[in-house]
Amino acid sequence: MADASTSSHGDLKLTRITKSFGDFTAVDDMTLTIPQGSFFALLGPSGCGKTTTLRMIAGLEEPTAGSIHIGDTDITTKKPYQRPVNTVFQNYALFPHLSIFENVAFGLRRRGVKDVKEQVEKVLKLVELPHFADRKPTQLSGGQQQRIALARAIVNRPALLLLDEPLGALDLKLRRQMQIELKWIQTEVGLTFVHVTHDQEEAMTMADTIAVMNEGRIEQMGSPAELYESPCTAFVANFLGQSNLIRGKIESSDGESSVVQVNGQKISLLKSRNRSSTSSVLIGIRPEKIRIGLPEGLTSGNTLTGGIVSDVSFVGVSTQYVVEMPWKQDLMVFEQNDGGTPTLRAGDPVTLSWNEPFTFGLDGSEDVNAGAEMDGEA
Amino acid sequence: MAFLQAAATRATSFTGKKGRLPYLLLAPGLFWLFAFFVLPILNLAATSTQTPVVGGDTGQFVQTFRLANYIDAFNASREQFARSFIYATLATLLALAISYPLAYAIAFRSGKFKNFLLVLVVAPFFVSFLLRTVAWKQILGESGFVVPTLRALHIIGPQTTLTASALAVVTGMTYNFLPFMTLPLYASLERIDPRTLEASNDLYANGVTTFRKVTLPLSMPGVVAGTLLTFIPAAGDYVNAAILGNPNTTMLGNVIDSRFFRIVDYPTAAALSFMLMAAILILVTVYIRKSGTDELV
Repeated sequence: MADASTSSHGDLKLTRITKSFGDFTAVDDMTLTIPQGSFFALLGPSGCGKTTTLRMIAGLEEPTAGSIHIGDTDITTKKPYQRPVNTVFQNYALFPHLSIFENVAFGLRRRGVKDVKEQVEKVLKLVELPHFADRKPTQLSGGQQQRIALARAIVNRPALLLLDEPLGALDLKLRRQMQIELKWIQTEVGLTFVHVTHDQEEAMTMADTIAVMNEGRIEQMGSPAELYESPCTAFVANFLGQSNLIRGKIESSDGESSVVQVNGQKISLLKSRNRSSTSSVLIGIRPEKIRIGLPEGLTSGNTLTGGIVSDVSFVGVSTQYVVEMPWKQDLMVFEQNDGGTPTLRAGDPVTLSWNEPFTFGLDGSEDVNAGAEMDGEA
Repeated sequence: MAFLQAAATRATSFTGKKGRLPYLLLAPGLFWLFAFFVLPILNLAATSTQTPVVGGDTGQFVQTFRLANYIDAFNASREQFARSFIYATLATLLALAISYPLAYAIAFRSGKFKNFLLVLVVAPFFVSFLLRTVAWKQILGESGFVVPTLRALHIIGPQTTLTASALAVVTGMTYNFLPFMTLPLYASLERIDPRTLEASNDLYANGVTTFRKVTLPLSMPGVVAGTLLTFIPAAGDYVNAAILGNPNTTMLGNVIDSRFFRIVDYPTAAALSFMLMAAILILVTVYIRKSGTDELV
């Protein structure tokens, strides 16, 4: 960076950021620190405020309240062209009238960098498109344009690289490949990446820290594994993967765990994994943690009896069962296709069981379906 | 077997018809072009090399293939030739200077008033071209508001008038052809993805640089189309010069008009028409080549 002094490098700090459009609050009193050098994902359904947050960091929107710092430098009111921040836009926003070379050189030329040719060639090599310098953006495929958009941003060595749904327009196979490449490039160049996406798989593949956003607020922040294994709200439990959430009441507690009464059956829940402050609790269990078997087969750990298989779908690596419980709730069970389980058919009576530590407990006042079915929208 | 054969013949006759169909569809248009463009042009070309019948009446001409008609016609109207192109260029530049900010504002800053403003741009077309031009005579006349205001501000002297002047002619042309400039400019500005402007901002370009490096180059197709649509009719125009000008501001269109309808000198009028057409065609071709916007269109 020619113009950014060392003080502008460092952690990104959003302090009590709020952004309102008229009556609508897109981002609501958000405080967030993104450490330098990390690959950070803002994950959430459309309209959750993640893109607005990104645009405020880029300077394309001005926050209604709050401040943004990079290191010790306050950039809250700085213009986009004054910030050591570059963006990879959704749909790339390449300059259609300029060659690939000039597209990538755009930022360098504006800053009056000397060795433009050398730097552009180097970054084109990094994104594995060294022979495309003379072409026009329209002559490139979607995946190639995506890489050029990335090259155009990282060639400036910004303190912070923002990615706004960068893979949204690519097909599934190309998206998987680009996920791996993006991660590799991030490690290679060592920049801080802030990645906005609604695709939980994309976020989990690439990011080392994920902030799950909902209605302008951060629901939970942590590593992909933390969020997945110990969601703290029903929204996170349902948005990140799938969860079975069942209403229950804590009956008694001793030592490390509590006994939860669930529709007449008893489930044990580790106190350390219970987020509910009252006796009303939502029992959570991930579908792939559950074993499914004939009623007489399974007895160890937590068990729920009286289920009837209502649907079986074979998806290759696993078989997905929908089991209707006596209290008319459908639970999901994913069974690995390792040949260990007898094939069950719709209508079979079954018992579900899982190891006690896999159970997590959420606040009982929450909506069981929060965040479900929200994935996959643009 | 007979059925199969019948089916096969039918199939081939279908494909045969398919091959002729495009030409059949083109026929009405081609006929129109031939009858109302090619034939009149050929007729005009023939007229341009005729000479008056010796001892004949006014308006009687005979074909003598006299190409010198062109040289004579040019020598007689050099001044008007030059004026046509100078006025048309001035009007085009003025229209561009007025239209660009206007089109920019409509495309990027008008919000929900966008369609309303576009209607306003086109609204003058609901009034006759002649009436609009005559209106400018009123506006720039002694009883209009422009002259008294300028006199009060001492910008023009008490004796100076604005009508019957080159200024009035250029003003009239600028006004009359303004929508032809504004609409293509608007169309190309409106097509610019606002995210490319954000990207430019993000890549260290301030507002002015973004305009120079992104907005302006991306709107070039509109600039080229608008200047052509303004320049071509302006160069051949004679109404503005006739209504708003004086004998020293006549343009080539006025000469052609008077040669055809007053002096009844068809060959000279035809020769001038051809030269005007050729000059515009050459200028436009060079202009399009130079601007090199074909790949953006």
